[in-house]
Amino acid sequence: MMELYQGNLDIKEIFDRWLDEESESNYGAFIPFIGTIRAENNIEGLSFDIYEPILKEWFDKWQKKASLLGAKVKMAHALGDVPIHTSSYISAVFSPKRRVALELIDEFVEDFKANAPIWKYDLINGKRVYAKDRSTPMNGAGLLL
Amino acid sequence: MVKVEFLGPINRDTIEIEASTLKDVSTILKQDEEIAKWLDKCAVALNDTMINDLNTTLKNGDKISILPPVCGG
Repeated sequence: MMELYQGNLDIKEIFDRWLDEESESNYGAFIPFIGTIRAENNIEGLSFDIYEPILKEWFDKWQKKASLLGAKVKMAHALGDVPIHTSSYISAVFSPKRRVALELIDEFVEDFKANAPIWKYDLINGKRVYAKDRSTPMNGAGLLL
Repeated sequence: MVKVEFLGPINRDTIEIEASTLKDVSTILKQDEEIAKWLDKCAVALNDTMINDLNTTLKNGDKISILPPVCGG
């Protein structure tokens, strides 16, 4: 399941709902990862662009990978502006046992940072400034060089 | 004609060009100085599927997406 929201996420609602959805699924381990905007470098917040068709394709591959391990991944992400001290991202792994969940959340979040088609901007004086230095070229970058 | 769309911070409108392979697209995009600066860092999708082969052939109506470096979360 992948959810996109305009603006910051209502983490508590999403977290509670995901727990309820899986309460009868007999998973033994549940590991959430939440991304919250820190106050640094005088930013007012962050802003995000997302290319949904490829994000969906990327996420579907992860759902299949998790499914082969008997696990499930979920994620939600913000679109547009997100103020400091609020959250832009939550993902979670549900699995029968802890080892799969611990390894999967690590791999999933790292690949998310490297290959999910999401672009981040700092919000400074009401303007969006691309977070170039913190961004990573996706797999296959440079093909048209 | 194929469509080329520039995602995220590249901040350019979609263009339509004549190209029969991705190599042709590369040649045409390199002629634009501003776009050329991005190409070493950008990944490419064809009709919303990521691709890695410069010899990929194109057909009329295809959509090519240029994806600059990402940072979700």
